[in-house]
Amino acid sequence: MSEYKKIAYYPGCALEGSGHAYNRSTKALGKALGLGLEEVKNWNCCGAMEVKNIDPKLQTYLSSRVMSIAAHEMGHDTVMAPCNGCYHNLKKAEYDLGHDADSRDVVERLSNKAGHKTYQAGSVKTIHALDWIKDAIGEEELARRVKNSLKGVKIANYYGCMYTRPRHIFPEKDKGPGSESTSKPHFMDDLLAAAGAENVDFPLKTACCGGAHTLSDSDTSTRLVLNIVQAAEAAGAEVIATECPTCHSGLEMHQIRAETNFGIKTKVKILYFTQLLGLALGLSPRKVGVHENVSDSMAWVKEKILR
Amino acid sequence: MSAPTEETAARGNPGARALMPLADVERALDAPDVSAPELLHLGEAILAHWLLAHGEIPTDDTREGFRLLALHRQGAANEPSFNACRETARELAWHYNQLTLTTPDEPERVREMMRFTAKHLFYFVTGKLAERQLGDFCCSARPLRQDAN
Repeated sequence: MSEYKKIAYYPGCALEGSGHAYNRSTKALGKALGLGLEEVKNWNCCGAMEVKNIDPKLQTYLSSRVMSIAAHEMGHDTVMAPCNGCYHNLKKAEYDLGHDADSRDVVERLSNKAGHKTYQAGSVKTIHALDWIKDAIGEEELARRVKNSLKGVKIANYYGCMYTRPRHIFPEKDKGPGSESTSKPHFMDDLLAAAGAENVDFPLKTACCGGAHTLSDSDTSTRLVLNIVQAAEAAGAEVIATECPTCHSGLEMHQIRAETNFGIKTKVKILYFTQLLGLALGLSPRKVGVHENVSDSMAWVKEKILR
Repeated sequence: MSAPTEETAARGNPGARALMPLADVERALDAPDVSAPELLHLGEAILAHWLLAHGEIPTDDTREGFRLLALHRQGAANEPSFNACRETARELAWHYNQLTLTTPDEPERVREMMRFTAKHLFYFVTGKLAERQLGDFCCSARPLRQDAN
């Protein structure tokens, strides 16, 4: 039996805001698959990009507090973070606490001040939603449970940058067959293929979307996103599958911005992998939050998946 | 491996003549007949611009048989966030090999993917030349890299 049948769930800020459809579809998918998710109590921001770049040790503390609650107050040994930013930051905190005495000192001092048990490296394992489904269910079982096959649906899988970089904070990756690859990630491809989808060859799976500059340097972000979207279309994809709320929002918003500012219209749909898997398992579009996405994919979903 | 002709090399190869201006690189990337060797050399030109803008002399060394990868490594040596385009450079080299060492089923589609990959490198590097912190805030995480190094 998989060790991921009941785990702590850390949605993070984005999944309560712009990425709400990812939150909804992740929970719905877990429920449909009989997997237990217990939300981390009183969780806080992981330190995201802003704190990390001003005071990385404060970010280490913020992420460590989430892991401390999961381990010491809830008794979990695994935390699942579907957001690439959260996943990356918890992994980074784990790495820092295992390798840097200064980080350990700061975390201990702040934990004592905040009145909770100090997190020790190795107390919990942080995983992504892709690891969760891949390990707890696997392709074979997933294929067995599919009700609306994604057969005929051509998908470009976009993993974004923070799922695999920097490599040294993901020691479990690049371990050969069965493990995830940092240079050519494939877990999302594997799961969607198990649901019947046809994954297209897509060279920009982990290419920069300019995400952090989406507001301060919008034209750069739009050019990067437009190139990703156009490449997906040229590869024959009808939909881009995402696994990060920041990537997803960036792709949706800059797809629209490319049309309004650059006059370039693209048609490829953008859906979370959890939405696609949920639909394949027979969940309704509403159950997986298709109506909450910025771009309207409802007609396409009805035509291509609920046919 | 098919060697680029003098004409095609000159369209992008910074070693063949004076470095092609970035505006010309962008036009060349959109040329309908752009070939795999040209795209590879345009990629090298893009990375050479990055290095020159940072006071470095672009290397003529190769890594894994590609000057492109040596240039990328040189560019990332003092700028960890430049690793945000590492896989893009590697994809460019991979597509070059696909088109020059094998016979793909759909060579036009592979060439188009190589073009998109080269364009991504162009947009990332030119974006980073305009806004130095591009890539700093997310995957490359400058403080984390500095701590690790």
